[in-house]
Amino acid sequence: MKTNVADSKQVKLSCRNVWKVYGSGPEKFFNKANGQVSDAATHADTIRKQQHIVANANVSFDVHAGEIFVIMGLSGSGKSTIVRCLSRLVEPTAGEIILDGENLLEKSAEDLIDIRRHKMGMVFQSFGLMPHLSVIDNVAFPLKLQGKPEQERYAQAKRVIELVGLQGRENNYPKQLSGGQQQRVGIARSLAVEPDIWFLDEPFSALDPLIRRQMQDEFLHIQSKLHKSIVFITHDFHEALRLADRMAIMRDGAIVQIGRPVDLILNPVDDYIRKFTLDVPWETILTATDIVEKPEGPIDALKRVSGETLVEKLLRYLADNEQGLAVEAKDGSILGIATARGVVKALASGSNDDSGAAPKIVQA
Amino acid sequence: MKLGSIERSFFHWLAVIVVTLGCIAAKDHWGWLIEYPDALIFPFSDWLNVMMDWMVKHFGWFFMGISWVLEWPIWVVQKILSGLPWAVTMFLFCVVAFVATGWRLAAFTLGATLYMVVIGYWEESMNSLSLVAISVPLAIFVGFSVGVWGFYSDRAERAIMPALDLFQTVPAFAYLLPILLLFGFGTVVGLIASVLYSFPPMVRNTMIGLRSVAPEVIESGLMSGATPGQLFWQVRVPSCRKQILLGVNQATMASLSMVIIASIIGGTSDIGWEVLSTIRKAQFGESLLVGMVIALMAMVIDRVTCGLAQRSNLYDPSEKTVLQRYRMWAVAIIGATLLFGLAQVFNVLADWPRDNVWSPGRSMNEGLTYLIVNYRPQIEALKTSAFFFVMLPLKIGLQGAVSPFTWGFALTATHKVVYALAMAAIALWCGMRGKTIAGIVVMLFAVFLYFGLTSIPWPCVILIYTFIGWKIGGRALGLGTALGLGFMVVTGNWAEAMLSVYLCGIAAIISFVFGTTIGIWAAHNDKVSAFVRPINDTMQTMPLFVILIPFVMVFKIGEFTGLLAIIAYAFVPAIRYAEHGLRNLPETVIEAGNMMGATRWQLLWQVKIPLALPVMMLGLNQTIMYAIAMLVIAALVGTNGLEQIVYIGLSDGNFGIGIVAGLCMAIIAIIADRMTQGWSKKRQAELGLEVQ
Repeated sequence: MKTNVADSKQVKLSCRNVWKVYGSGPEKFFNKANGQVSDAATHADTIRKQQHIVANANVSFDVHAGEIFVIMGLSGSGKSTIVRCLSRLVEPTAGEIILDGENLLEKSAEDLIDIRRHKMGMVFQSFGLMPHLSVIDNVAFPLKLQGKPEQERYAQAKRVIELVGLQGRENNYPKQLSGGQQQRVGIARSLAVEPDIWFLDEPFSALDPLIRRQMQDEFLHIQSKLHKSIVFITHDFHEALRLADRMAIMRDGAIVQIGRPVDLILNPVDDYIRKFTLDVPWETILTATDIVEKPEGPIDALKRVSGETLVEKLLRYLADNEQGLAVEAKDGSILGIATARGVVKALASGSNDDSGAAPKIVQA
Repeated sequence: MKLGSIERSFFHWLAVIVVTLGCIAAKDHWGWLIEYPDALIFPFSDWLNVMMDWMVKHFGWFFMGISWVLEWPIWVVQKILSGLPWAVTMFLFCVVAFVATGWRLAAFTLGATLYMVVIGYWEESMNSLSLVAISVPLAIFVGFSVGVWGFYSDRAERAIMPALDLFQTVPAFAYLLPILLLFGFGTVVGLIASVLYSFPPMVRNTMIGLRSVAPEVIESGLMSGATPGQLFWQVRVPSCRKQILLGVNQATMASLSMVIIASIIGGTSDIGWEVLSTIRKAQFGESLLVGMVIALMAMVIDRVTCGLAQRSNLYDPSEKTVLQRYRMWAVAIIGATLLFGLAQVFNVLADWPRDNVWSPGRSMNEGLTYLIVNYRPQIEALKTSAFFFVMLPLKIGLQGAVSPFTWGFALTATHKVVYALAMAAIALWCGMRGKTIAGIVVMLFAVFLYFGLTSIPWPCVILIYTFIGWKIGGRALGLGTALGLGFMVVTGNWAEAMLSVYLCGIAAIISFVFGTTIGIWAAHNDKVSAFVRPINDTMQTMPLFVILIPFVMVFKIGEFTGLLAIIAYAFVPAIRYAEHGLRNLPETVIEAGNMMGATRWQLLWQVKIPLALPVMMLGLNQTIMYAIAMLVIAALVGTNGLEQIVYIGLSDGNFGIGIVAGLCMAIIAIIADRMTQGWSKKRQAELGLEVQ
């Protein structure tokens, strides 16, 4: 389902050395507007010691065209602030936000309004719907602000309402809808202007687990049609794994690690990241590519599987094919073989049991 | 730690009480303790008069100009409303009522307007209404602008809030005169007074509304690419439309009540003047009939504005013809034209013939006379016992009130000792059970009740209130209280102020106890609640004048009548808040209480009431505010406090005296407000409940 990142490395949005400091005089900590400092961690500590709050410290990442970039962090980690810095709902203290090659922070208020009208869409955790407008008017609201004629507005709004599966609810008011439905309206509204870059700030956090799962699937489905460049904020590691092409984990306003979900799982940079990975069911993350071994014998007789197949799906085949399976890359070349032993090995390294104590082997 | 702080405050209080008793003992030596010497009175009101004269002399032309400009729209609306045949106007009102909520309100409007026509007060009603029709848009415009200003600028807000408090607490009678002096005699006085009185609720609601818009709604507006103007008019304002329209509703009601009060200066043949002159002529039946007009007008306006506020327009994708879209407009225009034509033929529809005026006023008067003559002993007994056993003791104390003439015996030394010992014992008992505050209250009450509010030396009263203010709201409130009360002393209004406090205080306490009891009952019984609600609604929309009428009819003029009228108006918020507080308690706490096996009474007294107390205190706050508002009107039936000075200032044309007394009333109101609200907020925060 996930969009393929490999085919487009074009950078859509780039966040470089962004700082957001709250306090009486946050500017004084930065000589250069671009936010570059020699040692970010030390600098952040210095600022904190002077009764200022560092919401974002030296945050840098790129969002590629057409990818889902997830920023994951616990509450207070600065993830909501950074997504607001990207859209300038919050003015960064220092740093650069490059959208399509231009620094967003240098744009005038008028230009910014124009960019938001045509290039950006945003979905909010508590929906942010206009209580006084019906569903269709909420969805058509951004178009109304642009001064589009009524007919065009409603036609476009109907299209996106259908996309999120809310047809028949056009005349309801937000408070007449369930949480999941309200967020569909939020999603529809953010898509009404056909934005290039789509911000989602914990869009599903306020929903029940079952609805959340369903909304995630639909979100992926919509993305498979639209191929937006997405910044998705969440505090749920599992959600991040499900949705992300690439993800960043934040802590205390700074980014701890960036990479593909599988990279984070296989190579966590520190214990903080490792803790998140502990209760992750690895078979749902690892793909055949991640567990390939060098073939010991001839492989022509083996059945072939795609390198992207999840280990979860491999299990049944491995049970039937004791020799293993040949793993094939996209271009058809053979990467190696996947064996039952390889799977067990990989899963064992991700096991929750850190104690290292050997299980008691009972003799038969 | 906690024990220590309780004990410390107990000793503070003990010291206050000792000082009070000391002052009382010394008052025969030093007369100034009771009566502030005349020689030291600050001639504040004279200065104000001089200032006013200067203003009128030099800037009179400016205000007169405004007055001249404002006269025009009033004149035009008046001509339209009284020029149109009543049938046409009535029809249009009904259409508006129908659009607002539907058939029932339309029928009610029809009945109400017909009543005005049939009892022969159509023209007077329309004159009052035309004033309202001009003052409401003005008040809304001013209130909205000021509210927006306050919303965007914190500094402006700090200036606006106290100003609003003053506008709403300085009695209307006090600022009618300066308006009269500046703008000249005429309908404009009523208009300006009514705008001044009715714009504050609009400001408050605008500010509350704009504040309440969720940040994510604003952010989503910004992300949709709203310009600052679009963000304000298409996101902020419509998102809080309901709150703002609530402001419109309150402003309209305030405006109507002020238009009625302002007619006290006379010169206009409007409905307020009719009420007042019939009261003065002791035509109580007539005054009640006319009062009903005001009440009906208020009810219709209230329901219509509320209804319009609740309305929402649905997006309707189906194509509509012009006629369908503007159906109600078409009905209104066609119906009005038709009726206008008919009125040309049948004059009854334009001018209700004098001969057909139905006025049961005289027979009502006769009935009343019969009632008063036949039940004279009962009425008198009620009046005198209330006076002797409740009002007099609080006013001049048991030491003055208990005499063979009133209570049937004289106060002997034995009585005094028993009284002192009993009160001390109760106070001690409370103190020993850990209820220090209750013990202190009992002691203070004992002192007040014995000597009477009016004979406690003023430095002691100031000391006690300052102390209470300090305990509740910190240093600022303590200092404010001291300064405010000091102002009353140095301007020579102390004695009258205490009379006002005394009357208002009794009324507020009775209203609160009575109202809260009903509120508790209503919170536990849906039938009672459903029965009480419409009564509350009606009493709250009832203009103050009208409430006075039935009490004057039965009890004639005097303090007791004033007291009853105040109670009748002020008990409503106590009911509302008590019920609201009890019905909105966190469910889990009640469940926990039930699971511990609490009986109904235990649950009520030990769980529900302590938790609902902060909200009930807000009810007390509103009760006091309502009582003060009504107190001003009660001056008309001959009470003696500040309100009477305000009224005298108005009738004598003495601006300074009136406005200073008015300020004193505002000070009392604001101090009472800050204390009750401060306590409620503090307590709510302690209980971890949401502060409203």
